[in-house]
Amino acid sequence: MFTMPPDIATLALSVSMAIAAGLIGCFAVMRRLTVAADPLSHVALPGIAIALLLHVNPLVGAILMLLLGAFLIWVIERRSRLATETVIGVVFAVALAIGAVLATGDELIDALLGGSGTLSEGETVLGIALALGVIAFVLRTRNALVVSLVSSEIAMTSGVNVARLNLYFLLAFALTIGLGLRYLGVLLMGSLIIIPAAIARRLAKSLNGMFMISAISAVVSTVGGTYAAAGHQSGPFIVMIAGGLFFLTLLRRRNE
Amino acid sequence: MNGVLEVEDLTVSLGESELFRRLDFSVARGSALAIIGPNGVGKTVLLRALIGALPYKGKIRWAANTRLGYVPQKLDLDRDLPVNGRDFLNAKAALVNVKGEEIMRALRSVGLEEAQLSQPIDSMSGGQFQRLLVAFALLGKPNVLLLDEPAAGVDEPGQEQMNEVIHRMQSVEGMTVLLVSHDLSVVYRYADQVLCLGRGQNACFGAPREMLTPQMLYDIYGSPVSFHVHDAA
Repeated sequence: MFTMPPDIATLALSVSMAIAAGLIGCFAVMRRLTVAADPLSHVALPGIAIALLLHVNPLVGAILMLLLGAFLIWVIERRSRLATETVIGVVFAVALAIGAVLATGDELIDALLGGSGTLSEGETVLGIALALGVIAFVLRTRNALVVSLVSSEIAMTSGVNVARLNLYFLLAFALTIGLGLRYLGVLLMGSLIIIPAAIARRLAKSLNGMFMISAISAVVSTVGGTYAAAGHQSGPFIVMIAGGLFFLTLLRRRNE
Repeated sequence: MNGVLEVEDLTVSLGESELFRRLDFSVARGSALAIIGPNGVGKTVLLRALIGALPYKGKIRWAANTRLGYVPQKLDLDRDLPVNGRDFLNAKAALVNVKGEEIMRALRSVGLEEAQLSQPIDSMSGGQFQRLLVAFALLGKPNVLLLDEPAAGVDEPGQEQMNEVIHRMQSVEGMTVLLVSHDLSVVYRYADQVLCLGRGQNACFGAPREMLTPQMLYDIYGSPVSFHVHDAA
C-alpha cells in the first residue's frame, strides 16, 4: 500500500486545503459572501465541543457541524427568502451560544486559533481527498457558478439547477472551512477564504487569473505561516502573511 | 398539445397578494406573443413563472424538446465581478455544449464586435450588456425566446436593430417569441398575439388589432394611450 512520508503528507494537506480555500474564496468574494465566512466558521464550535466531550477528533465534529450548518442555512434561506448572509448570521449566533456552553479546557484554544496537533495517516489522506474534492467541484461547476452570479433565471434556462448548485456551494464552502480549522482555528479561518481572494481581485484581469492568484496567495500564506509558527498556534502567522500580501497589493495602482 | 406553450388557470402570488389569477392562454409554434400592461401588473413575474423560477398554481405546459432562451429585464450588476463578455459567453457555451463559431454567429446577430468581449461585464454600457444578454440567450439553439424588455437602455438605432434581430429569429429561424414590451408600436408591428395584463387582475388575449384599440388600452392602463403605427415595409 502506498504511504507518503509524514512531512510530505502534511505539506500536501496544507497545499490542497489552501488551494481549495483560494478557489472557494473567489466565488465567496463574487457572491458577496465574504462577511459570511467568519460567522460560518464559528458554526464549527459546538461540533468541536461535542467531539471533545465524546473523545472524538475535534475536526470530525467541526466538519460534521459545518456541513449540517450549511444545509440548515440553505433550507432556512429557501423557506424564509432571507439573504444568505442574514441566515448565516442567525445560525452562527445560535451555534456560538451552544459552543460556549459546551466547550471548556485547553483544547478550546487550539480550536479557536489553530493548533499544530498531529493527524493520523488516515485523517491526512481523508483531508487531502476532501480538499481535492472541493477543488474539483469549483473547477467543474465554474461555468454554472459564473452564470448564476449574473442571474439565477438565465442560469436556470441554461440548464443549471440553481437550488442544488447553491446547496453544493455552501457545503463546499463549509467543508473548506472545516479543513482549514487545524491551521487557523474557528476565529481566523474566514480570513483564509477572504484575504487571498481579495488579493486576487485586486491583481487579476480575468477569471482564470483570479483563480490562480488566489490559490497561490493562500498556499504561500498557509505554508509560510505554518513553518513560521514553529509548533505554536499557526493561525495568527498565516493571517499575518496573508494580510501582508494584501497590503502589498495596495501599493499597486489598479487600472480601472 | 398543438402549440409550444399552454397555460391554464395560472395564478401567481407574491406574498399575500395575487398578481393575476386564472390566466389562460396558448402560444403557437413559431409565433410572437407580446405581453403588455402598466408597471407592476406582473409581466416579469409571468415570465419568471413560465421558466419555473417562481411557484404558481395552475398548469404551465411546454411542448416536448422546448429549449428556452431567456433575456431578463435590465440587470443590476452592482457586483465585483472579474468576468468579461468572453468569460460570460464561454460559460454558456460550455453549459449547452456549443463551439466557438456559434458564439461568433450570436455576436453577429446582435451587432456586437468580438473586441467588445474583452470588457468586464459590469463596466459595459446598458445597450452593450443587453446585446450581450441576447447573444447569450441565442447560444444553444433555443426554439423559444423569452425577452423581458430587451431594448431597455439601448439607444434608438440599437433598439431598431434589436427589434429586427428578434423579428428575424422568429420569421427566419422559426423561433417562438414571448416578448414583454412597453413599446406598443413594436408590439403592433411584430406580434401575432397580445396578452394584456391590466390592473385589478383583468387580462385579455387576442390579435394586436383587437387588443390595441384606444378603449382596450384605456381599460388596461387606466389612462389614454396612443402609439405610432409604422407603415408596412
